[in-house]
Amino acid sequence: MSDTAVDTQESTQEVPKVVSSRFDVDDGHTLHGYTQSGSFEGYAALRRALTMTPGAVSELVKDATLLGRGGAGFPAGVKWGFCAPDVWPRYVVANGDESEPGTYKDRLLMERDPHQLIEGSLIAAYAIGAAQVFLYVRGEMPHAQERIAAALNEAYEANFIGKNILGTDFSVDIVLTFGAGAYIVGEETALIESLEGNRGMPRLKPPFFPAAKGLYMMPTIVNNIETLSNLPWLLSHGVREYRSIGTEASPGTRLIALSGDVERPGVYEVPQGTTTFRELFESERYGGGIRGGRELKMFIPGGASAPWFFPEQVDLPLEGRVVGAEGSMLGSGAVVVMDDTTDAVRACWRLVRFFARESCGKCTPCREGTVWEERILRRILDGQGRPSDLDLLLDVADNISPGPYPLAAHPEAGLEAVPFPPRQTTICPLGPSSVAPITSAISRFRHEFEGKINRKDSIPVTSAGVTSV
Amino acid sequence: MRDIEITEPVEITLNGELVTAQNGELLIDACERNGSYIPRFCYHSRLTPVGMCRMCLVEVDTGRGPALQPSCMIPVSDGMGVDTESDGVAKAQDGVLEFLLANHPLDCPVCDKGGECPLQDQAYAYGPGESRFVEEKRHNEKPIPISELVLLDRERCILCDRCTRFADEVAGDPLIHFIHRGSHTEVNTFPGEPFASYFSGNTVQICPVGALTASPYRFKARPWDLEETESTCTRCSVGCRVVVESSRNKVLRLQGVDSDPVNWSWLCDKGRFGFQAGNSGNRLSRPLQRCESGELSEVGWNTALDSAASVISAAIAGRGPQSVAVLGGARLTNESAYSWAKLAKDVIGTDNVDCQLGDGLPAELVLGLPGASIDEVCEPGATVLYLGPDAKEELPILYLRLRHAADFDGVKIVEVGPTLTGLSPYAAESVTAVPGETPSVLAALLDGTSEHVEASALLRNASDLKVVIGRANLAEDEAITVQTADLIRESVPGATFLPALRRANVRGALEAGLAPGFLPGGATLAGTLPTGWQSMPAERGGGAAEILEDAANGRVDVLILLGSDPLRDFPDRSLARRALAGAKTVISIDPFVNASAEQADLVLAASMFSESAGTTTSLEGRVTALNQLVTPPGTARDDWMIAVDLADRLGADLGVETSADDLAEEMAGFSDAHVVLGDGAPVGDGVMLDISGRDLLTSAEVEVPPANAYSLRLVLNRTMYDKGTLLEESESSAGLAGESVVKLSAADAAPLGVDGSTQVKVTSEHGSVTVAATIDSRVPKGVAVMHHALGDVDAGTLLVHGDPVCDVRVEVS
Ligand SMILES: Cc1cc2nc3c(=O)[nH]c(=O)nc-3n(C[C@H](O)[C@H](O)[C@H](O)COP(=O)(O)O)c2cc1C
Ligand code: SF4
Ligand code: SF4
Ligand code: SF4
Ligand code: FES
Repeated sequence: MSDTAVDTQESTQEVPKVVSSRFDVDDGHTLHGYTQSGSFEGYAALRRALTMTPGAVSELVKDATLLGRGGAGFPAGVKWGFCAPDVWPRYVVANGDESEPGTYKDRLLMERDPHQLIEGSLIAAYAIGAAQVFLYVRGEMPHAQERIAAALNEAYEANFIGKNILGTDFSVDIVLTFGAGAYIVGEETALIESLEGNRGMPRLKPPFFPAAKGLYMMPTIVNNIETLSNLPWLLSHGVREYRSIGTEASPGTRLIALSGDVERPGVYEVPQGTTTFRELFESERYGGGIRGGRELKMFIPGGASAPWFFPEQVDLPLEGRVVGAEGSMLGSGAVVVMDDTTDAVRACWRLVRFFARESCGKCTPCREGTVWEERILRRILDGQGRPSDLDLLLDVADNISPGPYPLAAHPEAGLEAVPFPPRQTTICPLGPSSVAPITSAISRFRHEFEGKINRKDSIPVTSAGVTSV
Repeated sequence: MRDIEITEPVEITLNGELVTAQNGELLIDACERNGSYIPRFCYHSRLTPVGMCRMCLVEVDTGRGPALQPSCMIPVSDGMGVDTESDGVAKAQDGVLEFLLANHPLDCPVCDKGGECPLQDQAYAYGPGESRFVEEKRHNEKPIPISELVLLDRERCILCDRCTRFADEVAGDPLIHFIHRGSHTEVNTFPGEPFASYFSGNTVQICPVGALTASPYRFKARPWDLEETESTCTRCSVGCRVVVESSRNKVLRLQGVDSDPVNWSWLCDKGRFGFQAGNSGNRLSRPLQRCESGELSEVGWNTALDSAASVISAAIAGRGPQSVAVLGGARLTNESAYSWAKLAKDVIGTDNVDCQLGDGLPAELVLGLPGASIDEVCEPGATVLYLGPDAKEELPILYLRLRHAADFDGVKIVEVGPTLTGLSPYAAESVTAVPGETPSVLAALLDGTSEHVEASALLRNASDLKVVIGRANLAEDEAITVQTADLIRESVPGATFLPALRRANVRGALEAGLAPGFLPGGATLAGTLPTGWQSMPAERGGGAAEILEDAANGRVDVLILLGSDPLRDFPDRSLARRALAGAKTVISIDPFVNASAEQADLVLAASMFSESAGTTTSLEGRVTALNQLVTPPGTARDDWMIAVDLADRLGADLGVETSADDLAEEMAGFSDAHVVLGDGAPVGDGVMLDISGRDLLTSAEVEVPPANAYSLRLVLNRTMYDKGTLLEESESSAGLAGESVVKLSAADAAPLGVDGSTQVKVTSEHGSVTVAATIDSRVPKGVAVMHHALGDVDAGTLLVHGDPVCDVRVEVS
């Protein structure tokens, strides 16, 4: 779509609210609120799905190209089709472990519209033939947990869940489970391990693709909360209307959790591919401009795991494919804006520290490498860096994620974009994610690192040897 | 790497060359077989691969371009391209190595693993020589005990998950686990729950670094100082293959060898650490003779042998050869057992010979039943009727094999016995039968009238039933086992049997002829004279019980205890006591002065495991090598040498010119398996005897008195650690025997007022003991369980040999 088309849409069209229509409704989280308010009638989509064959529901979702909203952006309908044929029982898992720094859109979906999630999960369960759904909610989200629990009780009472739902022979149970405070459990196979009562450590893919061998080694569909929350609207309004939003390759909307140095941080539902980052940051409807009228220094387009973008990239549309080709990812829909007061080295360290702390420890490069990266950065910040440390840091990073790491283009420096995804010596993408801030920051702000190494711009070391954070 | 047979060949390109691999096998194995060894830490061929350490990364191309993949997780497929040597692979592997070393302490000079450590070797071969890691290393308290025998140094641990996987998936004792996360991850036990596993030593063997060490070996030697030899564990009859390692004429360590048909590289702790008994200060180094004062005191071999020969000659001349009896021999090598059979039956001429102590299976069953090997019992999809003792306690590695078979290979185990056992959690069905009732319970299962419908269906539908048969209860007459075997053969004609024998070489001793009525090779006294023999006993003699009975009644002039200790091991304890008192002369041939030897007139110092060479025969009939590595203490000598010297003094020649090989050669005359042994010890997995069975079987009909409402039926069985001499003499197991208890079901305990550990009096028709009672969910109603040889309480005084069952009353005392 051309830039003019974007402009036209911004000026003339009201953005449809696919998943966030009850965010501002006081009782939107109750069954009453769900059926009486919002952009579609609550549980009508389930009724409609139950009149269709499961296969037809799957086809519909496939036709709509409902891209997964958990990170990888894989089309949900296609994923559902990967269930090992004729193997039962099957499970649906709703991934509500949202822990990626900057990401807080699933939390709102769970707190403000739990019935929408429940209805979406039921539709998915019906489509793939699952008799059980597991709703896995992050441990630190008690409000979401309570709201979902209450909604589940209402839905059971109303026979939307349970035996012979709405008089049909479709029966399903929804089990609510809580995490225990590990980011890695958001990774689908680690989540499955956790559900089984084991340590939350990812499984190797291959062979353990959940759709083939998932929970209890049975076919399992893991979908993000937002992915599932799209289903009621999609079934109520149909494929054509759904596809009329966004672009051909990425139809529909996305919830963007905007944070950092903007005037109006918050969760915004934006049409995919037709909105640019500039619009997101600057328009009054969204970010309202860089805070205090300062300059944009860099931004993370898709959560802490995503390589950074810079002012050169602000006119890119929020579309997975485009962002991927330009060297980053739309990921979890968390956009973090950093203005020109941001210390790039410190930002880099802060992000790497997150991954070092959240490494599950299963594989060597991530377990040992992320901490090593963090300690080198910490040393540099503390004014104890050595000139050789940047090469060391990049080489340690290369041993976690070998070869050219995804990177935004930097025409001025003659750098071309390296497309997503990175390669890995690790089991899961967490280790390689720690490399994103390092290569991003060093590619643009090497002088800031060197300044600290040369003790020109160092943060003083406290008596404890480490500065407080 | 294990050898495999390539049944489904596929071609892969390995470093540019086309090579053949087995479809579906792991890439790491395929590459190794074809000459490219890929470094690894977490991969172990007997554990489920986890792909955690990332050391084995190679570039794999399945049509979408080369990508780094862990070769321990990738099944080979046709047309796959593999590069194990590219720059990318080298960098990735070097990177992983550097990561592993980053926090690894520089302990090599003081680490037991130094010299045989894959991490050290890798670092030495490929490491950069200098560390780029300038930060402070991770610190943990230096070794913490995680069990009685195993210590863990978390600083050295590379978190490969081998020990934890072993504990969980092989041993079934998931008591060690990863705790914490990321770089804080560590292996540890749960608070207050030590890694109490019978198999803990295996974790030390498979730890790729020096993080896990076992107390018997810590700081004892450097690997390059060790001498080693392959041998076979002789602590039970499973026959696990081992490497024995020694330094300065002292055995220091045993490691399991990956024998595919037997132990898959695993050992139980009793077997692994039991060598310590050989190093005990209580070893007998010279013969002892009872002197005027009544004390046992050291004498020279000539004196000892002369006096032994003279009492034997006197007995023969007096009441005849049958007044000499030989009890034991199941702990000897095949060759020694044969020499003693020949001495007893040919030279002396007595048939009062029994290698078992009333706690085993009749020779007719072991030699006669059509056999099944361990592999056949564990064959994927097999149905197994398990009638033996608790395998976890008595035949630990057989237990691991059965457990694996049930968990991974779909083997259905139907267990029928007086209590639930260590195997019960893995059995498809466990049916308990009160002592004495196994035949009737089994009959119902086999004819379909049993209320245990599933168990019955499994047994009835089995096309090729495998039976593990043994004595689950020493307080039950062995004739009931004979009756049971007979019943199975009657109902399931094709059934094959694995005898759950206890002592290491019962099978070999029986094959050698150490049983009443038998000659070597399973021949009977009715048969022809074995080659090389001059004569055979004129009349059939008695087994252990009859021998002891005769001794008690003054009819045995010389009782020779051949490495046996009836005072501790014969179930009917009072008979054993009376027998030792009643025998005119008792000669004990043993490495220790055991309880029975203390009452002997003459004790001849015998050599032990790894001090003598020869062969042994496992419960399945596998003949494997026992090799010598160290010399016995003092003048202690091999049992066959004693036999040869005694024969000599009795005017006979056992036909040994130079070594035990001469005996082996003679044995070749009656057994195919021993032919190979003629030209030196068998290597590798050994040789199977012909186990197709012999026409020796008898039937039995045992009249079992009805149970009465006031009493419980006694089950007397064994635990892995008891107060047996060899365990007590092994430093590491000496303290591990439990206390004596009587275990009751909750249903029986409640009316008695038993809770926790009440002291009770257990009374039978023949005796009574006072002991603590506990409630055990594995004990069914109507049954009381006591263990053999624990503490001072002697359950053996409650029973009388020959009674079908033993009923006891339990009262709070
Ligand atoms: C380290 C890591 C963390 C993740 N965290 C989350 C998460 O919090 N929520 C989520 O939905 N997906 C998360 N994912 C992605 C999931 O593995 C999975 O792809 C997703 O739940 C699939 O849902 P979708 O297809 O609907 O997007 C994470 C992935 C990785 C590698
Ligand atoms: S990459 Fe990190 S988080 Fe992922 S499995 Fe390895 S150690 Fe765990
Ligand atoms: S203790 Fe040894 S075997 Fe266990 S995880 Fe650590 S390195 Fe591996
Ligand atoms: S199972 Fe028996 S043969 Fe094997 S190690 Fe243990 S004691 Fe030795
Ligand atoms: S040996 Fe393959 S990952 Fe460890």
